[in-house]
Amino acid sequence: MNRIDQTFKKNKKLLSIYFSAGHPELEDTVPILETLQDSGVDMVEIGLPFSDPLADGPTIQESSTCALRNGMTTEKLFDQLENIRENIHIPLILMGYFNPIMQYGIERFCQKCQSIGIDGLIIPDLPIDLYHEYHKEVFDKYNLYNMFLITPHTPEARINFIDSISNGFIYMVSSASVTGAQKTFGKIQEDYFKRIANMKLSTPQIVGFGISNANTYQVATKYCSGGIIGSAFIKFLEKNGVAAIPKFIKSIR
Amino acid sequence: MKYQADNKGFYGEFGGAYIPEMLYPNIEELRQNYIQISESDSFQKEFQSLLTNYVGRPTPLYFAESLSEKYNTKIYLKREDLCHTGAHKVNNTIGQILMAKRLNKKRIIAETGAGQHGVATATVCALMGLECVIYMGSLDIQRQAPNVARMKMLGAEVKAAKSGSKTLKDATNEAIRDWINNPVDTHYIIGSVVGPHPYPDMVARFQSVISAETQAQLLEKENREYPDHVIACVGGGSNAAGLYYHFLENLQVNIIAVEAAGKGINSGASAATSVLGKEGIIHGSKTLLMQTLDGQITEPYSISAGLDYPGVGPMHAHLFRSKRAEFISIPDQEAMDWGLTLSQMEGIIPAIETAHAFAVLDVRKFYPDEVIVFNCSGRGDKDLDTYIDHFKLK
Repeated sequence: MNRIDQTFKKNKKLLSIYFSAGHPELEDTVPILETLQDSGVDMVEIGLPFSDPLADGPTIQESSTCALRNGMTTEKLFDQLENIRENIHIPLILMGYFNPIMQYGIERFCQKCQSIGIDGLIIPDLPIDLYHEYHKEVFDKYNLYNMFLITPHTPEARINFIDSISNGFIYMVSSASVTGAQKTFGKIQEDYFKRIANMKLSTPQIVGFGISNANTYQVATKYCSGGIIGSAFIKFLEKNGVAAIPKFIKSIR
Repeated sequence: MKYQADNKGFYGEFGGAYIPEMLYPNIEELRQNYIQISESDSFQKEFQSLLTNYVGRPTPLYFAESLSEKYNTKIYLKREDLCHTGAHKVNNTIGQILMAKRLNKKRIIAETGAGQHGVATATVCALMGLECVIYMGSLDIQRQAPNVARMKMLGAEVKAAKSGSKTLKDATNEAIRDWINNPVDTHYIIGSVVGPHPYPDMVARFQSVISAETQAQLLEKENREYPDHVIACVGGGSNAAGLYYHFLENLQVNIIAVEAAGKGINSGASAATSVLGKEGIIHGSKTLLMQTLDGQITEPYSISAGLDYPGVGPMHAHLFRSKRAEFISIPDQEAMDWGLTLSQMEGIIPAIETAHAFAVLDVRKFYPDEVIVFNCSGRGDKDLDTYIDHFKLK
């Protein structure tokens, strides 16, 4: 069974962390993953840096630019992750824009992910329709999950369609915005979380974009299976370093 | 072969809409409505009326006698430089502002490099009384002060894009992010035949007035509906798409696309995307783009800011790949020289972008009985500082 499904089976509220590989320092990838696992994080999204991350807010843009400046490449990241499954047992997801994956070669990329032990991908600029038509076969061939986003503006019929062909989880974008930390979630967001919960989808949902602290994590996970923290974690990491990660995780739950 | 977009926005293997889910409702709304709206009688009536009375169309198809004599062929200039605001860009912004109004949008955003599309957008927003925010790279804001002033005078807010390389591609990223953050009341007026479907097709349709007029004007002047060659400069490719549009399927018309070689194709400072680019995704479209082996988008270079884009519209990528069009790249120096040549032989100071196209006359043979139409896409007022520096005119 895919590690992502196993994790959701445990039936608790998940905490997933996103970071940009190669930031703050090029060789931080493995230490960050180990420290996150030791801190009790349930799942990690490793960001593959891109020069033009158009769905991301300033924090992830900057960490991505910094990672590229540090010398991060797709090849380099795969090298760092080569033996990652010796110590890391939680699900690992690669999150990146489609162009670097295309240039690496889509099948070659999937093959590499499988051999390393990556469980799934999130590719924000590969829409479900194009994925379904052109790329699903190769992802399936290498047992890779590909997770999709929904937003407060995604029409209900489309949510049902996404649910029907999803595996792993559905990534619920908390509000109509690019990535970035928010201090609180308001009634509009809570109503949206409730609305999705009431749809009783067959794929579990986790909320991302905007979760920054214990409060936003709690509100977000009240109606779904978990939450993803990106920008707030990256800011913390930049300021406090890898060794301080357990402190951040404790502050969330 | 087909050279127009199919119903999913693909030109052969290029195009499509590679967009994050957050943009889906905006793009889908546009995709479902753009053809129906733009072909409706009421839209066409208003569009044509504004093109005539506000933009100053039809623009002349001018027979360039001195040039024709020197190069021993028949050379016509489609005078888009005479459009209101100084370039063809306004054809598209008029079309899109009317589209935005019909979709009940209250706020307009746009990206701009040199500022021409920003000015054309600010102009139509002033005309229609809509709020206008223009994203411009912070480096470009410094380099193009007069156009920044024009946009402000027209009532637009100019926001600096400070991410990445701080130029056109980053301004485009910022505009896309703004649209993600404002999905309901905002329309994004993209300035070229780039971006996710339906933009390349929609912008090409609005610019196709250029080739429609050319057909009618040639019939009158040459008693034929099509020329032997159509020639235009290509950055993103909107003026070229407009000039080629009605001739795409007519294989008797040779299509020539002129890219900016910058300091030379192999100098590391070039914008010749067809030569240096590889298939990939930029700003939501699958096309040819300049990038590293690792798939990071690289910064192009050209002396003309309007050609300084790392990608090219998917229509043009398809014209290149299918060999329907001839692609030629022209370095800065030759383009600048042609700025002066056209000024002194025909009394027309062209934009530096436009000047690139004319340099084809020196690198390719044309015959006496051939009819050539150049898109004289913009005027050179905005480039005076660059011309002054280059030719030491002070």
